[in-house]
Amino acid sequence: MLEIKNLHARVADTEIEILRGLDLTVQDGEIAAIMGPNGSGKSTLSYIIAGREDYEVTAGDILYNGESILEMDAAERAASGVFLAFQYPLEIPGVATMTFLKTALNSQRKARGEGELTTPDFLRRVKASAADLKIDMAMLKRPLNVGFSGGEKKRAEILQMALLEPKLCVLDETDSGLDIDALKIVADGVNALRSSERSFLVITHYQRLLDYIVPDTVHVLYKGRIIRTGTKDLALQLENEGYAQIIGEAA
Amino acid sequence: MSVTTPASRTAAETGLIGRAEATHAGGERQREAIELLRAEGLPSRRVEAWHYTDLRALLGRRPEAGSDAGTPATYLTPFLPNSVIVDLGSAPAGNDPAAGVEVLPIEDSLDWRERVNHLDRAFDTLRVVNAALGARGSAISIADGATVEQPIELRAQPDASGGQGFSSVTLGERSRAVIVERQPASSAGALSSAVHQLDLGSGSDVLWIVVQEKGAVETHLGQLNVTLRDDAKFRLFVLNAGGAIIRQEVHAQTVGEGADIQIRGVNLLQAGQHIDVTTTLNHNVAHTTSTEIFRNVVLGGSGVFQGMIRVAKGAQKTDARLACNTLLLSDEGDFSAKPELEIFADDVQCGHGATAGEINADHLFYLMSRGIPEPLARALLVKAFVGEVVEELEYEPAIEALEARIDAWLAAAH
Repeated sequence: MLEIKNLHARVADTEIEILRGLDLTVQDGEIAAIMGPNGSGKSTLSYIIAGREDYEVTAGDILYNGESILEMDAAERAASGVFLAFQYPLEIPGVATMTFLKTALNSQRKARGEGELTTPDFLRRVKASAADLKIDMAMLKRPLNVGFSGGEKKRAEILQMALLEPKLCVLDETDSGLDIDALKIVADGVNALRSSERSFLVITHYQRLLDYIVPDTVHVLYKGRIIRTGTKDLALQLENEGYAQIIGEAA
Repeated sequence: MSVTTPASRTAAETGLIGRAEATHAGGERQREAIELLRAEGLPSRRVEAWHYTDLRALLGRRPEAGSDAGTPATYLTPFLPNSVIVDLGSAPAGNDPAAGVEVLPIEDSLDWRERVNHLDRAFDTLRVVNAALGARGSAISIADGATVEQPIELRAQPDASGGQGFSSVTLGERSRAVIVERQPASSAGALSSAVHQLDLGSGSDVLWIVVQEKGAVETHLGQLNVTLRDDAKFRLFVLNAGGAIIRQEVHAQTVGEGADIQIRGVNLLQAGQHIDVTTTLNHNVAHTTSTEIFRNVVLGGSGVFQGMIRVAKGAQKTDARLACNTLLLSDEGDFSAKPELEIFADDVQCGHGATAGEINADHLFYLMSRGIPEPLARALLVKAFVGEVVEELEYEPAIEALEARIDAWLAAAH
């Protein structure tokens, strides 16, 4: 699904290197967790996979289903099946949520050579996904994410993910700002999407999320590189010991 | 008044006087206006009210009027469905086009000696031009207590120079109406003007919509003068989506407590255009409110916003706010904003703000990360930026019609 090779990246137009030779492979159907202390490059990695132009890849490659995606813009990557659930979903006044969802869905369908959804078909899908995530349809009548609580924003991200049916889902600290009930709803939403043809990259600070979204592999990111790879037990070890031990071993 | 010899006139001034002479049919007032223009000319940049819009230079660089008077206004589809059309200056078939509305032709346009903009010269430039070009006008009266169901659309009759109109609109107490001032494209090189005066009776409520869609080489000079009595509500929407040289003035004054002014507007600019919106909101009595928001989309050309809030001595508890927000989508365009406050009362709330920026990169990335291609994502964000002020109208037919015009403009401009 995803193969990142010796990736070096810096903030565009600066010398600030954030990723320093990152290697990571995620198989089809795998749930890979990325953990790491603040400033290790976790969010940068998620932005670079999604195609944010504020970063510049200086070496290495990102292969998605065997093909490099570095030359594709964010919209092209999304249409090919890459999805980023934002740590801080943006509020966009003036863009109606439903218009946004429909435009996104139909843009992706168009890029894949599929026909546009009819309005009733679209509404049916939104209603079904919203019900699963306990999202009130009235909320979706508002401008995109405007006035949504932190939990509502995260649930709206998962709603978008469910509707767009991506192949590679990157969840950037989806647990931040969620109370335990909201966390369960979000995790259930993610688990419902698990399939042998869909992979997840779950970025988190805390092991707690991984109790609900159980990973196949856990990777520790530090100073722009993966310094340790293990199973879900590695997350438990980090929870108990902190990062210092592993960082010390890697140094 | 300074004395200037006709020899020093610029090409713009000579051209304007020529146009005015061509339409002159012997009227004394028009003659007076032409002679004043001949003596005083157009304002130089030293006249503060015209500092950013130098008519003497701008009008001169435009071609003269062609012989084609353009599409007669009667062939235009009304901006809002089910509208009553009023051709300014012509006697309607009956004097009562809709229940509670009376329309009569009137002779004299507004007095140019009245200084509606304190930064203009000793006379009002726009009114003189309107009179000199032989504007024709109507008096429109709306009866006390009448709610006019059909929108009223005002149109100037097309003439060789482009169409000059004026009106005096009186809203009776507690009456309600929707009035569209239509400024459609006519012919290349046309110069049109419009001067309107509204007197809003106690408790009346009017929604006035200026729809300016002049052609790419046309000039339009417009002025709205509004007086609000007790609890009157003036809601104005200005759409500038065309024209080469545009000046739209709004001068409002509150003379009764509880009066409320709500102005929203969208200026869409592309290369070759100069659009100037100049407003003065005069809070003359206590307990009156105003909010004014203009949103500008600049693909090119030059935009100007001059917004003055004046609070008279004794006009306590005034609450007045204005904002001018510009989305600069090209390095080729510019926008100058000059908000001003002049406050002579000590218990008021007034604010103004002007912003200018590009499309928010975070917003763009968010939309694109969901598979929306960049051009479509940008278009959505531009529409969102202007759509916010359109939606505030809370009058569905106007929202739909304005959004359709804005969409068409954006689609053609991109």
